[in-house]
Amino acid sequence: MKLPSAFGYVCPEPSGRTLYEELQQMSQSGLSLTAMFKVEDIRKDFPILSRKVNGKPLVYFDNAATSQTPKQVIDAMVDYYSNYNANIHRGVHTLSQEATDLYEQARYKIQNHFNAKFSHEIIFTSGTTHGINLIANGFSSLLKKGDEIIVSALEHHSNIVPWQMLCERTGAELKVIPMNQEGELVMAEFDNLLSENTKLVFVNHVSNALGTINPIEYIIEKAHQVGAAVLIDGAQSSPHIKPDVQKLDVDFYVVSAHKMCGPTGVGMLYGKEEWLKKLPPYQGGGEMIAEVTFEKTTYADLPHKFEAGTPNIAGGIVFGAALDYMNGIGFEAIAAYEHELLEYATEKLLQIDGLKIYGTSEQKTSVISFNLEGIHPYDVGTILDKLGIAVRTGHHCAQPIMDYYKIPGTVRASLAFYNTKAEIDALFEGVKKAKMMLS
Amino acid sequence: MFEDWEERYQYMIDLGKDLPLIDDQYKTDSNIIKGCQSKVWVHAEMEDGKLIFTADSDAIITKGIIAILVRSFSNQPPKDIIHAETDFIDQIGLKEHLSPTRANGLVSMVKQLKMYAVAYQTQMK
Ligand SMILES: Cc1ncc(COP(=O)(O)O)c(C=O)c1O
Repeated sequence: MKLPSAFGYVCPEPSGRTLYEELQQMSQSGLSLTAMFKVEDIRKDFPILSRKVNGKPLVYFDNAATSQTPKQVIDAMVDYYSNYNANIHRGVHTLSQEATDLYEQARYKIQNHFNAKFSHEIIFTSGTTHGINLIANGFSSLLKKGDEIIVSALEHHSNIVPWQMLCERTGAELKVIPMNQEGELVMAEFDNLLSENTKLVFVNHVSNALGTINPIEYIIEKAHQVGAAVLIDGAQSSPHIKPDVQKLDVDFYVVSAHKMCGPTGVGMLYGKEEWLKKLPPYQGGGEMIAEVTFEKTTYADLPHKFEAGTPNIAGGIVFGAALDYMNGIGFEAIAAYEHELLEYATEKLLQIDGLKIYGTSEQKTSVISFNLEGIHPYDVGTILDKLGIAVRTGHHCAQPIMDYYKIPGTVRASLAFYNTKAEIDALFEGVKKAKMMLS
Repeated sequence: MFEDWEERYQYMIDLGKDLPLIDDQYKTDSNIIKGCQSKVWVHAEMEDGKLIFTADSDAIITKGIIAILVRSFSNQPPKDIIHAETDFIDQIGLKEHLSPTRANGLVSMVKQLKMYAVAYQTQMK
């Protein structure tokens, strides 16, 4: 079948490097990479970046909540609904077969991107939250009283609540890796928490509230030494870093497409084959069965066992187009440019008296969480919005972090590869104005 | 009334600074209005058949918004508060805050003030 250009399959080889190697490489080759990076051309791919908000040019700094969508991805969505829309996996007619091919091809793209060993280790989900719940539910039958599971102090509520529910169902106990003032996890405490009772460890690769990059290689290695499985929440890392799940030797890795230039309502769960075979299905329905009688139903093989019902077909296909787009630019170039933006913004914002940044780890993605002394983050966000600058304010679904710092929340500017230094200058002026008006 | 957003917001911020503050003993969790990103506390007391509101917030713009509401609703019999129109919010250019999906919770605040009025009204009967 001839595929439209929007679905051109251009997936570069996985780099096979760990995050730290990536970062090292980044600092070594940073200059040459960013010199090649033409942000003004990239911005032309994003129609929304030319709109106005409150009469001002939009400055979009809420990328950690949802990234913007390039026209290549929008086109892929239009193309799917214009030319291929059909239900998949069970049609003999041509449209259904073409749609099925596109959907399964997207699965290959995702496999390739994350370097999974098998394509059936890639489960389409509705997003990170769905992926976590699927695993938490699967472990219900594997955990018992006396078992322990470990979370970190830096998690999004999505990576806390499903596990608390799991503890309620099974009697297992939840332990927490503490954080320090810099917004880093205290690894010595993690070592102390591990024991032969530990069954599962779940940590985010990058903290959404602070941007800290967590030492997941270490966490995975240590957890495996006591026989515990590890789930990594990659919602915030995947827009900046290309993880290699085989090299990481991670058991589960979950992401959301809408943070990676893709559409909302779709994501992926990577799970090692042996684990996915062991875990029971999450939801029952069509697609996930082999045979159904009223006496007994047998389940379909992977990946379909975990994909009950008609999936988000367009979303899955377009997720593949989003990966093509980001890989076309290149994750090394993205990381290098974003690092440059982060350093510029950090230095600039710190010039403002009374501005405090939360999350000061050396290992950070392009997120700046801050407060102005004596001023509520909501007020700052409201004034910035009037200036056309979109930031997030509040606890960022990570209340334990805010409790640690004893603050109601922060203003969070999260930068993406299509942002510019000129936009950071606008933020700088905006924060100064907010400070003047609100003091 | 206020064309320029800066003037409008400065006005709200100034109102917030002048808001008759709630007595600390009423700044309890049960007096917090839900649905706001910042904390808003409201207390109501009856004086000579009229309701007097006091309030506070940890965010100054929110405080300005609640100040406007307290100004318009305070010192009236509960019955009038229950039936009070909220057009004035449009007139002073705060319409954008009226949408129930806004994080500032203006709608929740109006509802809460009216709830107080309903509660006192029932007591009076
Ligand atoms: C670290 C982290 N985990 C999980 C989620 C939840 O993602 P979703 O709402 O797409 O399921 C987010 C989203 O903000 C996140 O930042």
